[in-house]
Amino acid sequence: MEAFIFPLIHAIVLLAVLMSLAAMLIWVERRLLALWQLRYGPNRVGPFGLLQVVADMIKIFTKEDWVPPFADKPVFVLAPAVIMTTALLSFAVVPFAPGAVIFDVNIALLFFLGMSSLGVYNVVLAGWASNNKYALLGGLRGAAQMISYEVFMGLSLAGVVMLAGSFNLSDIVEAQQGMWFIVPQFLGFMVFLIAGLAETHRLPFDLPEADAELVAGFHSEYSGMKFGMFFVGEYLGVILFSTMITTLFLGGWNGPFFPPIIWFAIKTFGFIAFFILLRAALPRPRYDQLMAIGWKIMLPITLVNLVATAAILLVTRV
Amino acid sequence: MLTSIFRTIWYVLLNSFRPRATIQYPDEKVLLPPRYRGRIILSRDPDGEERCVACYLCSIACPVDCIALQATSDEHGRRYPEFFRINFSRCIFCGLCEEACPTYAIQLTPDFEMGEYERQNMVYEKEDLLISGPGKYPGYNFYRISGLEIGGKGKGEAEKEKPPVDVRGLLP
Repeated sequence: MEAFIFPLIHAIVLLAVLMSLAAMLIWVERRLLALWQLRYGPNRVGPFGLLQVVADMIKIFTKEDWVPPFADKPVFVLAPAVIMTTALLSFAVVPFAPGAVIFDVNIALLFFLGMSSLGVYNVVLAGWASNNKYALLGGLRGAAQMISYEVFMGLSLAGVVMLAGSFNLSDIVEAQQGMWFIVPQFLGFMVFLIAGLAETHRLPFDLPEADAELVAGFHSEYSGMKFGMFFVGEYLGVILFSTMITTLFLGGWNGPFFPPIIWFAIKTFGFIAFFILLRAALPRPRYDQLMAIGWKIMLPITLVNLVATAAILLVTRV
Repeated sequence: MLTSIFRTIWYVLLNSFRPRATIQYPDEKVLLPPRYRGRIILSRDPDGEERCVACYLCSIACPVDCIALQATSDEHGRRYPEFFRINFSRCIFCGLCEEACPTYAIQLTPDFEMGEYERQNMVYEKEDLLISGPGKYPGYNFYRISGLEIGGKGKGEAEKEKPPVDVRGLLP
């Protein structure tokens, strides 16, 4: 019974924390973007504009939730749920502190990759069901981008798996007590970071949305809370990839002086801020450039990294 | 290419320590130059009389036809507008009326805070437009400079004006 109750409580707490974090990230992102663009951002509602989130929530919940008559209704409604579900399910395997995992399995990393692959469906289904040319173009781009970047996102993690000798994320963190994997696996880290950007379709890789060209891309036709779900899903994706980078490359909860969960939070928030910094700093590449970077640069780098890691391990550990 | 990307990220990160460019408007006011083209006013000459001589030039110059007025004159023959109406919901603040005005009567001021909840309130009548002072041209009085004969001031009595030539005289 206890084996069932503890993960349940953990899951409920995690859900509450993640949802409020994702909502707060709207404010965090707007303030940080403003800081880096020499503006103030939302600073009127409440102290430092913190209640802006509440105002936004009230607004988005009371907005008309309109489904276009030309849309494919069941799919249209399903699409925003997919991104939330896949992002939230992935958090089940993330170890926040020693033993603090909901679903401690030996295929945790594969589960995460699988869930992030399923996440492609939200873009594709939303773009298809909207029955709108801009949404469809966004969906097409999203599908191509996410599938091609997934190829080497998985491969870039192979080096980590080889070094740790396990797919279990807790074991991977334990294996980093001596040295964080960012040092031996720097190429893998860079590739995973860029692939993570492309997977969450954040700027500079927000081609499925591409406000300048495609209205709002795959979610052009969405309104109300369905639109909000895409954004909560996107922020959940940002949190998820930050936690994954922390777990896989930055030693997870390892660190001196502070309790493990604090270290985990510090590293994760650092990466969330870095994601926002990239958004503030970099322009969006053209679509063919995105594909070229993926297949002509990232994939070879990943393969070289994979072969080199394997060779060094063979020489040193046999 | 990579170095430029990292340089961009670094410079944007350095922005954290720079002062912000935003002026927090209702709390901090914008510094407007004196010749800013904002709310239109009608000025008075140094004697406190209306400068406007109701010549209609502003109304003709106005590209959006937002100025309406009707000329009339007092017992000395001095022209003034019977009514003077500017519809600020049409006005584009181009300043052509100010340029057209021969008497410096109509002037644009550095004030733009004229928001209204009802469209009718954007229509300003003469009593809303008239100010008590001479505006941007303190010493100027049209009737004291022009050669026009008007109540109490005959021909040749204006400032810097020579007495009129006696056309019947033989001497040059």
